[in-house]
Order: sequence, then structure tokens, then C-alpha cells
Amino acid sequence: MSQSTTASSYNYAYLDEQTKRMIRRALLKAVAIPGYQVPFAGREMPMPYGWGTGGVQVTATVIGPSDTLKVIDQGSDDTTNAVSIRQFFEKTADIDTTEKTKDATVIQTRHRIPEETLTEGQILVYQVPIPEPLRFLEPRETETRKMHALEEYGLMHVKLYEDISRHGHIATTYAYPVKVNGRYVMDPSPTPKFDNPKMDNCAALQLFGAGREKRIYAIPPYTKVQSLDFEDHPFEIQSWDQDCALCGSTDSFLDEVILDDKGNRMFVCSDSDYCQSRQDGSMPSSVEHTLSQASQMQSVNSEASK
Amino acid sequence: MTSSNQTLSPEQTLLSVKDLTMMYGSRIGCQNISFDLRPGEVLGIVGESGSGKSTLLNCISAQLKPTFGSVSYHTRHDGSQDLFADMSEPERRFLMRTDWAFVHQNPRDGLRMGVSAGANIGERLMAVGWRHYGNIRDTATDWLGKVEISTERLDDLPSTFSGGMQQRLQIARNLVTAPRLVFMDEPTGGLDVSVQAKLLDLLRGLVQNLGLSVVIVTHDLAVARLLSHRLMVMKNGHVVESGLTDQVLDDPQDPYTQLLVSSILQS
Repeated sequence: MSQSTTASSYNYAYLDEQTKRMIRRALLKAVAIPGYQVPFAGREMPMPYGWGTGGVQVTATVIGPSDTLKVIDQGSDDTTNAVSIRQFFEKTADIDTTEKTKDATVIQTRHRIPEETLTEGQILVYQVPIPEPLRFLEPRETETRKMHALEEYGLMHVKLYEDISRHGHIATTYAYPVKVNGRYVMDPSPTPKFDNPKMDNCAALQLFGAGREKRIYAIPPYTKVQSLDFEDHPFEIQSWDQDCALCGSTDSFLDEVILDDKGNRMFVCSDSDYCQSRQDGSMPSSVEHTLSQASQMQSVNSEASK
Repeated sequence: MTSSNQTLSPEQTLLSVKDLTMMYGSRIGCQNISFDLRPGEVLGIVGESGSGKSTLLNCISAQLKPTFGSVSYHTRHDGSQDLFADMSEPERRFLMRTDWAFVHQNPRDGLRMGVSAGANIGERLMAVGWRHYGNIRDTATDWLGKVEISTERLDDLPSTFSGGMQQRLQIARNLVTAPRLVFMDEPTGGLDVSVQAKLLDLLRGLVQNLGLSVVIVTHDLAVARLLSHRLMVMKNGHVVESGLTDQVLDDPQDPYTQLLVSSILQS
């Protein structure tokens, strides 16, 4: 495996084999204890912390030459972060990349779970900034570890209580805490709570990598993932008054796009591949279309306003 | 499990401390301390700074593991249990947030300053499995009233409260799960005299109405006289005198206690 790289001075998929072995051990433990944060010796990666160093290390560890990689950032395949990580693995791991969710075997994501239902054999790798769901309520690491160990999760509800008392409803919209397999409370990384139900009983393997915090955790396929709530304030996902302006989808996560300074705006699917395939029927195509359409509208509008 | 000089049945001893010694290396924190606490009894521990009062309090409230000796607590279900020999850490922690309460001198140590008063009171309830927002809120409102804080302040942060209100909020937060045993570490320290008097009134009322057992550590003999039934005087880690509060304060036998009592300004 080590000699098949295009950039000859690097090992396959950038990380050396010892590091991959170490990360695989952490991954096995994480899969064995769903939702438990396994510490690992996170390496320096050729990108800044916060850009997905944890996710990249996990991807580099699980990927092989026969894999097809898709990288998304906020649901989109063509933002800077997604493009540069995709190129990184094209260069170092000699793999095929795709923008189609169903063609991918490994999907690295920041902030979204694809709208298309994931299938068995797929791996979803999350980039996680702060893995500890209790962190903002309890700053001591020793204490949060003890709380996880003893299953003392009352504090998590204090946060939700505080939300309701301030806003009248649970105002946490992303990084919404979940209980995995009826045991560990887990931060699903900053994905919108819209995506929480997709984690439950998901056919794909879900891996979470936090590079700066040096933690790995996982949800094995078909595991129960339950969003925390109150009896009289049940968990609910976001909804929009409008449909997607491009594909007309009524049930996907929508981004608000500001078109000009006159208050014009449009709502479009955050999952660019999903939106595109709906517009094209099922024709394979590039995602450029979506954004170029959006930017055309933007320029038309801004000219109209001049 | 009860100490030898007590002939009472175990049901009547809530907390039993026997030959408790805490060493910090070769230095003594407190040494050879034994006492029993019965339901509804208020025990005051007085002494100067560094006399080992807080060490003793931390040991009997299971926050520090004593070097020697035992602390037994009469649990609701399993009878008398040695805190360190019979109980596991999860059991001790469960006890701490249900059947026990700990009131810190500085309310900032006992409160969660980043969340509202209601969430502070509700935390213990949520920790024992309450999952109905409306019920938690009603109970929190009720307790805010009991400690004489306007219920309008339910959603305010504790940092917007005065020192006395913070201390009362801390008490409400601790008593919400109806504990049987309350530990207090200088509950009136850092408060001005009129606020102290009000807090003491409130505490005395709560202790009587709820039938609480209390271990209260203080260096203020006036507080000890007002609240406690029995008193232990400590010096250099040892108990130098103990007995009924009035007896100890009005007729001190030990030279150190005599000094302590005579050092109070007579009004």
C-alpha cells in the first residue's frame, strides 16, 4: 500500500502506517462503545485546526485505493474546505472522487448529513470542533469524564431548560445533544438538528474525528440515536415556509441566500448534490450549475437595483 | 457502627463518625474525631482558621477520603453504610445530590453562575430524572418563594443577585430534593449583619419545618448559638470541648474555649 502514491515522498494517504494503526485502534474502540470519546494521538496535518484535521485523519485511515470519496462542507461539494480536502486525497491517496452521494464509499462532512439516505457499506466521517457535549456547562475535563462514566447527564437538560426559559422553546439548533445506544450522551458535531433523525438507525457507519481535541467517537450502523428533550417540549426539527427555489424540494434543509441589499432572498437546498440531481432528474451532472444559477440571479438582481 | 458511648438504636443515628483522622502528609488536618448526629439535630463546629473545621466537614461529606477512621450514614434503603468502605463512588455522588446538601461559604462555589436561578434550582431535579419542564419550573418557583426571593427573578442569572440572595438561592438549590442532611460551611460569611440575621432566620425556619439534620461550620459564635443544638470546639485539628451549645458557650471548661468565648465583644 505504501508505494502506490502519486506524491512519492509521502506514504499512501499522507499518514504513516503506524499512525493509521493507532487511529484504527481508536476507531475500533469507538465502534465498540458507541458514543464514547476515545482519546487518540492526533497528528499535525497540513491544514489549520478547525479546517477538519480530525476528519482528515480518520478519512486517511479508513480509505483505500478502491474507495470513492465525497467531501462536503455545509452540504456543498464546492466550497473551499471541501475542494481542498478532496484535492488533498486525490493527490496523496490516488482515489476516485465524486459529488454523488450514492456513488461514494467514504463521505467526509462538515456540518451536514446528505439528504439522500445512506446505505450499508458507506462511511460518513464528521469533522468535529468540540466533541464534549457538556463542555460549556462543566469546564473541567476530569469532571466531564466522570459524568460520562457514571452516566450523570442531568446537566445536559439544564442547558435545554435554560433554552426554553429564555426563548420559549428549545433554541439549540445545531450540535443538538443525542443519547447513543441508550448510554452515552454525544455531541453530533455542529450539524443542524434537522439531521439528528438521520443518525438514528442509520445503515452507514458514522465516525467522528476531533483533531484539536484529539478525540474519536463513532456510531455503528443501525444504532439507536435519540435526541434529548422534555416531555412537554419534545424534540422537533426545523421547517421552512418556502420550498427550495431551485429544485422545489419541500423536505430538505434550506439555506437562506441574500441576493441584494433590498431585502431579496432565496431559499435553496444546502445539499448541492441532492438539489442538482432533483433539477436534472437523475442525470449525472456538475454542481457548478446550482451556484452559477444562484450567482446569475444575484448579478441580475444587483444590476436591477443599481 | 455507632460509636461506643451511644446506646441508641441505629435508626436514631443519621451520621456516625468514628476516630476520624485526616493527614496531609505528616501534617495533621484533624485527628481522632468521633461524634453521632441524630435526625433533626444541628451540630455546630467552631474554631479559629486552620483548626481543621473545613477538613472535617469535607471528610464527613465524602469530598475527602479520611486517612483513618470511618464515617457511616444511615441511608434510606440499606441502613447504616460506611461511606468509604461500603459505598461506591457513584453511590456517594448520588447521595450528595439527593439526600445531602452542601452550602458553600461563597455562593459562587455552589451555584452555576452561567444559568438562570430556575435552572440552578432545577439542576438537582433533572439530575434525578425529572423530564417535565413545567413541573421543574413550578417546583423552582415554589422554592424561590420559600427562600424569600421574588418569583419574577426566576429567569435572571445569579450574577444579577445580591450576595444575600445568592446565598438563599444556593440554599433553595440544595434543598429542592428534600435532603435529610445538610452541610454548611460558613453560610453567613461575607454577608453584612442585617442580611446575616435574615439568612439565619430563614435557615432556622427551614431546619425546623423540614426536620433537617445539619452540620454547620462557623467561626462566628453568634451563628453557632442561634442555630446549633450541640457544639464542638476545635483547635489544631483536635476537638477540645463538646457539649450542648448553651453549656459550652456559657460555661466553657477548656482554656481555649474560655479564650474564644471571652474574645467576643459583649453587647
